[in-house]
Amino acid sequence: MIIGALQQFIEKNEKLKIINMYSTIKKIMPAIVAFALIGFAIAGCNSNSGDERSDTAKGDDNTLLGAGSTFVYPLFSKQFSEYNKLTGLKINYQSIGSGGGILQLTNKTVDFGDSDAPLNEEQAKNMGVPALHIPMCSGAVVVSYNLAEVKDTLKLSPEVLADIFLGKISKWNDAKIAAINAGVNLPAISIVIAHRSDGSGTTNIFTDYLAKVSEEWKIKVGKGSAVNWPAGLGGKGNEGVAGLVKQTPGAIGYIELAYAMQNKMSFAKIQNKSGHFITPNLASTSAASNITLPADSKVSLTNTEAADGYPISGFTWALIYQEQNYNKRSETKAKNLLKLLWWNIHEGQQYCEALHYAPLSPAAVTVAEAILKSATFDGKGILE
Amino acid sequence: MEVWKNIKIKRSFRQIRMEKIFRSSLVLIALSILVMVFAFMLTLIIQSLPSIKALGFGFLYGKTWDPVANIYGTYPFLLGTLLTSFLALLISIPFSFSIAIFLGEYYPRGWFSEFLKNAIELIAAVPSVIYGFWGLFVLVPIVRSIELKMGITPYGIGIFTSSLILAIMIIPYAASLGREMIRMVPAELKEAAYSLGATRWEVIRMVIIPYSKSGLFAGVLLSLGRALGETMAVTMVIGNTSIIPKSIFDPGNTMASVIANEFTEAASTLYLSSLIELGLILFLVTVVINIIGKKVISRFTQ
Repeated sequence: MIIGALQQFIEKNEKLKIINMYSTIKKIMPAIVAFALIGFAIAGCNSNSGDERSDTAKGDDNTLLGAGSTFVYPLFSKQFSEYNKLTGLKINYQSIGSGGGILQLTNKTVDFGDSDAPLNEEQAKNMGVPALHIPMCSGAVVVSYNLAEVKDTLKLSPEVLADIFLGKISKWNDAKIAAINAGVNLPAISIVIAHRSDGSGTTNIFTDYLAKVSEEWKIKVGKGSAVNWPAGLGGKGNEGVAGLVKQTPGAIGYIELAYAMQNKMSFAKIQNKSGHFITPNLASTSAASNITLPADSKVSLTNTEAADGYPISGFTWALIYQEQNYNKRSETKAKNLLKLLWWNIHEGQQYCEALHYAPLSPAAVTVAEAILKSATFDGKGILE
Repeated sequence: MEVWKNIKIKRSFRQIRMEKIFRSSLVLIALSILVMVFAFMLTLIIQSLPSIKALGFGFLYGKTWDPVANIYGTYPFLLGTLLTSFLALLISIPFSFSIAIFLGEYYPRGWFSEFLKNAIELIAAVPSVIYGFWGLFVLVPIVRSIELKMGITPYGIGIFTSSLILAIMIIPYAASLGREMIRMVPAELKEAAYSLGATRWEVIRMVIIPYSKSGLFAGVLLSLGRALGETMAVTMVIGNTSIIPKSIFDPGNTMASVIANEFTEAASTLYLSSLIELGLILFLVTVVINIIGKKVISRFTQ
C-alpha cells in the first residue's frame, strides 16, 4: 500500500496519459453506465425491506433459525443442544443482539427472535402482525465497585444509586452513602462511574430501574438500550465495564449477574421496594418475577413488588408471530417451534442455574404457557 | 527509415482481439472500484436521508447525543475524532521523521537497517484490537499514575491515551514513505553540498528535507487517514462518553467508536439513520482532508 502511494506520487507529469484515458473512457461509456446501474442497484438493495428474502426461513422442517439477544446465547446453546439430543431437531441461533433479532424476525428470515426488551411501538408497527413475547428466563444487573479497603458488602438505596449515576454524589465518603452503611469505613476518594458504551439490554434494564426510582433520572436521562449518560466512562460489553471497574480505584459500574458471578466480582446489595437490602443471586432474581404478571408477559420486572425479589432484573423474551402460517411455512415446522419453546420453559429450565441464569418463577411459567397456547396456524391452535 | 515504412507487421486477428480484451478488462476492473466508491457514498446518503430531513444542519453542531429523546448532535464526536487524530499526528511526527532520516540517510543498507525497517513495517501489520488490549493493560495504568501525580481525576483512559496508541499505530506509514523519499534524493546533490563544506546536519536540513518534503508530507497524510478511521483500539481506551472534553486528559468519543458501539442495538429509524449519517460525515471528513493534503503536496512540489 505504501509503495503504491509512492508510485502514484512519483508519476506527476502524466497529463498525456490522462488524455489517452479520456478517449478510452469515451469508447467504453456503455460499460460505465452499466456499472453505475449495478452500483445504484447495490445501494438501493438495502432500502428494500425484504419480503422476498425468506428463502432461509423456508428450509426444511427439521431446522429452526433464531437470532437475537447475546445475553441468552449461552443458555440457548445448552438448551438447544440438549433438545437436539432428545428430538433430532436442529436449531441455529445467531447472537447478533436484540435489535438485530427483531429486525430479522420482521424480515421473516428467522423462525424466532429473542429480545431483552419488549418490542417498542415502532418495531411492532414494522412487523405489522401480532408477535408473541414468551419469557425464557430472567437475568439481573448488579452494581459492582472497586474499593480495595472496604471488606463488607456495600449497601445502596435507590436514591443513592440514582444520585451517584447522576453525578450528584461524587465522593465515596458522602454522608448519604455513609448513612446506609453504618460502621463501614468509606474512603474519601472520587467515584468513577463506568457504564456500557454499546447499546445493550443490560443498560435498558438498569436505566429502566433508575427511571422508576428517580424522577430526576426519568426527566434528565430516561431509559433505553443506549442513553445520554450525565457522567462517567463507557466500556464496550460486560467485559469492558468490568475491566474499567477492576482497574480504576473508586469505580462503580453495572454488569450482568452471570458475568459478575463467573468473574467473582464484588457487588452491592440493593434496597428493594419493600425496604429490604437484597443480595443479587439467582434465587432473588427468580423471586422478582414471582408476581402477578400481565397476560402478554410484557412487563418490566425492575423495582419489583416481591418482598424478597432483587429490584434490578428483567426477562428475556423469545419472539414469534402469533399466526404461524406465513411465507408458506409448513404446519410441522410451526409445531416444532412451539414444542421447542414449550420444552424451554419447562424441562429446559433445569440448565439455567449452572449457567448463572435465573429460572422462570412459577407465575412466569403459567403466563408463558398461556401465551404459547395462543399461537395459531390458519387460525387454529397449534399446541393441543 | 524508408525501409522500415514498407515492412508490414503481421498480427493475427486473435492477437489483436486478445489485446483489446485485455485492455478493456483492465479498465473495467479499475472503474468498478470507482463505481463501488460512488455506490458507497450513495448508500450512505440514501440511508441517512431520514436523519438529514429531521435534524438538518443541527446534526453537525448539536452538542447532545440522546437516543432516548431522539436528539442527535455529532459535535462532541467530530471534535473527538479530530482531536485524537491530530494529537496522534503531532506525537508521531518526530518519531517517524527520525526513523525516515536514520534509515534513509545514515543506515540505508545492511542487516541492521533491514531488520529495523521490517520491524517498523510490522507495527502496521499488528491488528488494532491488540493495540487496544495493550493500551488497556499497559498504557492506561501508566497514564493513570501520571494523572495522579498531576492531581487530575485519574481515569487513565481518555483522549490523551487514545492519541498515544494512535501515534504508535501510524508511525510506520510516514516512516516508510519518508525513508523511500530520502533514499531517492540524488547523490550528486548531496555530494555537491558536501563539497561546499556542509556538515551532515546541514545536508539533511538544506538538501534532503527540502528535496523530499512533499514525500514526507504524503506520508503524514497517509498516517492521518489511518488515525481518523481507526475504531477498535480507540474505542477500548477513549472512555466513550458523549460529554464534550475540556482537556486532553478527559474521556471522549470518536465518530468511528460511536458507530461501532451503538449500531447493533439502534432500534428506531432515526437513531439508525443518524449513525449512518455519522458514517457519511466521517467519510466526507477523510475526503476533505485528503483533498487539502493533495493540494498542499502539489504546491510544495511546484
